[in-house]
Amino acid sequence: MMVIIALLALGALALIFGAILGYASIRFRVESDPLVEQIDDILPQTQCGQCGYPGCRPYAEAIANGDAINKCPPGGDTAIRKLADLMGVEAKPLDAAQQESEKKVAYIREDECIGCTKCIQACPVDAIVGATRQMHTVIVDECTGCDLCVDPCPVDCIDMLPIPETPERWKWDLDRIPVRVVGAD
Amino acid sequence: MQNLLEQIQAAQLWDFPGGIHPPTRKALTSKKSIAKLALADRLYIPLRQHIGVAGQCLVKKGDFVLKGQALSLADSSMSIPVHAPTSGLILAVEDHTSPHPSALPEPTIVLEPDGLDEWREREPLDHLTCSLPQLLERIQESGIAGMGGAGFPTHLKSAIKQEVECLIINGVECEPYISADDALMQEEATTIVKGIDILCQLLNPKIVLIGIEDDKPDAIAAMQAACKQRDHYFIRVIPTKYPSGGEKQLIQVLTNKEVPAGRRPIDIGMVMFNIGTSFAIAQAVLDDIPLISRIVTVAGDTLTQAQNMLVPIGTPVSALLNACGFQPQAQQRVIMGGPMMGFTLPDLSVPVIKTTNCILAPTYQELPPARQEMDCIRCTACADACPASLLPQQLLWYSKAKDSAKLEEYNLFDCIECGACAYVCPSEIPLVQYYRVAKADSRQQQREALQAEQAKARFEARKARLEAEKQERQQRHEQLAEERAAKQASGSSDAVAEALARVKAKQQDAPTDRETIKAERERLKQQARAKQAAQTDMPPDGEAKSPIASEVSTAKEPADPRKAAIAAAIARAKAKKDAQSATTSDEVVSSTPAEPADPRKAAIAAAIARAKAKKDAQAAAPDEAVSSTSAEQTETPEPTDPRKAAIAAAIARAKAKKQKDTETK
Repeated sequence: MMVIIALLALGALALIFGAILGYASIRFRVESDPLVEQIDDILPQTQCGQCGYPGCRPYAEAIANGDAINKCPPGGDTAIRKLADLMGVEAKPLDAAQQESEKKVAYIREDECIGCTKCIQACPVDAIVGATRQMHTVIVDECTGCDLCVDPCPVDCIDMLPIPETPERWKWDLDRIPVRVVGAD
Repeated sequence: MQNLLEQIQAAQLWDFPGGIHPPTRKALTSKKSIAKLALADRLYIPLRQHIGVAGQCLVKKGDFVLKGQALSLADSSMSIPVHAPTSGLILAVEDHTSPHPSALPEPTIVLEPDGLDEWREREPLDHLTCSLPQLLERIQESGIAGMGGAGFPTHLKSAIKQEVECLIINGVECEPYISADDALMQEEATTIVKGIDILCQLLNPKIVLIGIEDDKPDAIAAMQAACKQRDHYFIRVIPTKYPSGGEKQLIQVLTNKEVPAGRRPIDIGMVMFNIGTSFAIAQAVLDDIPLISRIVTVAGDTLTQAQNMLVPIGTPVSALLNACGFQPQAQQRVIMGGPMMGFTLPDLSVPVIKTTNCILAPTYQELPPARQEMDCIRCTACADACPASLLPQQLLWYSKAKDSAKLEEYNLFDCIECGACAYVCPSEIPLVQYYRVAKADSRQQQREALQAEQAKARFEARKARLEAEKQERQQRHEQLAEERAAKQASGSSDAVAEALARVKAKQQDAPTDRETIKAERERLKQQARAKQAAQTDMPPDGEAKSPIASEVSTAKEPADPRKAAIAAAIARAKAKKDAQSATTSDEVVSSTPAEPADPRKAAIAAAIARAKAKKDAQAAAPDEAVSSTSAEQTETPEPTDPRKAAIAAAIARAKAKKQKDTETK
């Protein structure tokens, strides 16, 4: 009799706790951050395709499936280091074929633009405004410098220009100050 | 808290960790009265002289401006205007070397003073009677930014809504050499106190603490005298130690409260203003003098006359130095700001701006340039000196490794860049420079992360849009295909029958169709013939004839009653005119004897000509009438005008078509 009572009591407890745990696992579920998401967050989202994949997310998926982590020139060493930490692999220098380049933005020489909208279709982040047979222009703040609009332009009126340095983004590169020391007269 | 307030009122002082005691070298300048600098040949006024965004430039090349006139417009809350320091001509608005360590060119207004120093109209306010928004507006419009060095827009800081426990006025001025605030307090204590009154009105603090270092006895005396009437203003004399003038450090010294990392002083109920700022506020409100000049300490052993000067904003540093007897050495360095936190100027055309408190031209012996940096020996002298209780050597380590995560962990952004660590470093490591680079990198990374987020959002939005468009297109295609299929499925036999019926109907119509075409062709031919006839009949001057003809024809025209009416009206008018001219000519003929020879002859000739024409016309008229009646007999209306004929033909065609259509139906 005692045994039965004990079994029943334990069984009841097990059911109650099971129900509580089951409820908690639904109610307080933590959305786990899948690996692809984490990798995608590290990538610079230029969507430039220099890695050989059509955008950052496909490359993130490829990395998650074991592709090399050093194929992203816009991300540079910082991104590679972060990816290495995340993936538990050794940080490698950027792929020899690719070089980390200065950050640039597209600039449309507006008087040469014929309004063909080809660059608008190419831009992965919708950073070009314009309409058919109207002049197009680049929203500089939104341009990721991915280069994808340059090739489609039939009149070659798109330049990739480096972002001009301002005192806000200046990086205290002290060797570069053009100090002209005042000479004695 | 009450306890703390009591302690503060009981003149208790506290201390902050670290700090250093470099030679102050203030005696060279602090005892002298403030000299007024003569106007330079050119003033370079950068559009942005504060933290925030530049105002919109209001002037262009060739404009004449008055002293105190706004040169830019504060079009957002984070921007403040700049003003003309004197009257004169705008020579250009162009890029000029900025008074920033980067020395990058920034948009600058170049002003050529005319020497008259002519003021614009001024409207002094009475701060006791005007409203707070009015005061804040005046402060913003006067272009006042924190004059201690950071240059934060004052109107933002003084518009705080939170409850303010304690208003602190910073007259500490702890950096060596600088004595600009000291001199200002000695000479303008009453105005400064008026500025503090205005700040009290805006912020309503419980107490006002004025912190002054104990190496400025004259300033302390002057301020004490000026504050005598105000019993909640406390002057606190604090021991000389660098950097007690730092915002967070001074709060700690005066109130024993520490501003939490990443927070602002207002979060613990404190607001701090510089002596110079409160002076500028008083001037702006009470005298309507915008921030167009400031006190600058010009010091260094290469100057024969080191002194404090009242300098118009925009004066090039070279003019300032020359006025003080500058004798440059070889490899002369000129520093803007103090020896601890200042920066070396790239050239001397850089202007003095709102935040410039000192120009230093030291000799080589006085302030030797940095020597070769050696390795860190882990002596921890820097950690002892750090006023923010950071670990400078760890920060150096991670700065070199560019490990932003670790730098954040070690609170890099709490570093106030005071330079105490570099000052005490036996290995002469320019620690602050490393931190500055690391901070700039970190900010860049933050910016990039933000941009990446934006780019991702935009990319995804675009993808979604393209997908939606594709789906829509597909849906439309499917729908159309369905419709087509439905049509085919539901009534394929009907459709065939319909088509057959159509073909039959067409065949039946065909003969009538052909007949109408034939008739049409016949009609057109006759029309052409009639026209030809009319043309051959028409005499060279058919002026008189045609109206009659048209009258005849229109009278019989059945086609369009309105058109007929118009034509009839025209014909009538013409006939009338003709009749008139005929009568006048008759008169002329009858009155010829009375007229002089020459005009008479001419008139007779004219009359004869007219008579002939009339006669001709009358002779031709019956012919015309006959032709038109013949045209009428061919069942189609026959107007003489070819255009009219064409219209009529078109109408006939349309009618025929319509008829045919109805028949087919």
